[in-house]
Amino acid sequence: MTQAVERVVIIGAGQAGGEAALRLRAGGFEGAVTVIGEEPLPPYQRPPLSKKYLSGEWDQDRLLLRDREAYAQEKLVLRLGAAATAIDRAAKTVRTDDGQDIAYDALILATGSRARALPVPGADLPGVFRLRTAADVDAIRAWIRPRARLAVIGAGYIGLEAAAVARGLGLEVAVIEAAPRPLSRVTSPEVSAFFLERHTAEGVTFALSAQAAFIAGDHHVESVGLKDGSEVAADLVLVGVGVLPEMGLAQAAGLKTEDGILTDADTRTSDPAIFAIGDCARRPISFYGGRLCRLESVHNAIEGAKLAAAAILKASPPALEAPWFWSDQYDLKLQIAGLFQGYDRLVLRGEPGPQGFAAFYFAGDKLIAVDAVNRPAEFLGAKQLIQRGQTVAFERLQDMSVPMKEIVAQARPLS
Amino acid sequence: MPKITYIEHNGKEHTIEAAVGQTVMEGAVKHAIPGIDADCGGACACATCHVYVDPAWADKTGKPGGMEQSMLDFANDVEPTSRLSCQIKVTAELDGLVVRMPPSQH
Repeated sequence: MTQAVERVVIIGAGQAGGEAALRLRAGGFEGAVTVIGEEPLPPYQRPPLSKKYLSGEWDQDRLLLRDREAYAQEKLVLRLGAAATAIDRAAKTVRTDDGQDIAYDALILATGSRARALPVPGADLPGVFRLRTAADVDAIRAWIRPRARLAVIGAGYIGLEAAAVARGLGLEVAVIEAAPRPLSRVTSPEVSAFFLERHTAEGVTFALSAQAAFIAGDHHVESVGLKDGSEVAADLVLVGVGVLPEMGLAQAAGLKTEDGILTDADTRTSDPAIFAIGDCARRPISFYGGRLCRLESVHNAIEGAKLAAAAILKASPPALEAPWFWSDQYDLKLQIAGLFQGYDRLVLRGEPGPQGFAAFYFAGDKLIAVDAVNRPAEFLGAKQLIQRGQTVAFERLQDMSVPMKEIVAQARPLS
Repeated sequence: MPKITYIEHNGKEHTIEAAVGQTVMEGAVKHAIPGIDADCGGACACATCHVYVDPAWADKTGKPGGMEQSMLDFANDVEPTSRLSCQIKVTAELDGLVVRMPPSQH
């Protein structure tokens, strides 16, 4: 872009979109900022949806990232309950569902992701839910009562967090997972085994290597039928089988996509006036040799927002963080730094148990990720090492008598 | 509602009214006060809501818990009254609380 940017339009009012608007203002941008969001709520946190919001501990206001008034104070226009229907790249306008065209000099796509549907008969029966928005959780909560039978299809983070909350609320919980172990896409067999054991001890039953064939019920869900012929009785069903990037607008506008809207390291898409951030985008991650990653996380939403705002303002880019994630289940806090895919060695620090432990993942002698359970020092220490491109000896990590802080202080650069 | 004063590292002061039961972090973030990032939203998962409690208030806010202390060990510019503000609950007793921000959260 050679001309000065005076009008920014942001499609998507989730954490990435909301954060990008605020970062533009914080960076000194004085032009018009319009944020278009389909949900009725101003930007809110999604991670608590399957945790403290599902449990009822948090109300809706507590989910909000900022007070409702904060946006007006910053002269940011939120158009909520509105959908963008098309992007005209030549005219640099965004069409909304009420037929308006909003002009932009820079456009940020923060369209997020949508829950993957379960392609089986009965998936649209009353009592079958997904967990993606606050409204989804409100609908689930209306069905929650003690001793109700919940079938969770998909043993990812969302499914297992919901299972843990549901046990706490007195529901009977069965988890159905197509892979032979829970969390198979996101962690190692060792960490999966630990979470499987804990959920089992809490009374959750598992059907592993099991695929749902249909959901049955007359007027409301009554059971989930599995491909092996067995049935899991259920009063409500939660489908948590992953998400797909929301990139229809980008594709219709001819932007390059491949499992996400493709961007450069600054979050710029194949059109230099358009940026893509958050769950919908795929960008190179420097700590992993510039591998193109589509990350579904708070870290990625915030970092994308910072990068896009800096690029639009022609400011210096923010310091990058190693990707990080977390999951709360029962009294376990799992904190993850880095990306574990492609590891060839797992080093355990502490024995898996309620007192906490950490699993460090190495590719050769390069530390690439950690899963830390109730071990915040190991999480933050490993995150710093990955960001600095440093590594440590395997034996050192296994020695619990040496504090993590000391291990990090004595780390060495990768050869 | 209890008043809380946040002082940015550059000296700029913000006084807000926080709801009892909220955390000191939420009071700042919801009012878009700069200097507290709180990326994880209060899950004690990120250590980006670090503050220095004014020494006059340190007894009332108490000491960090075990998880919190472990995270503070890796924060920058830690001082004796450092806390993660997501772990300080707002109570009537904290009316008038003053906290200061560190140079940065990352």
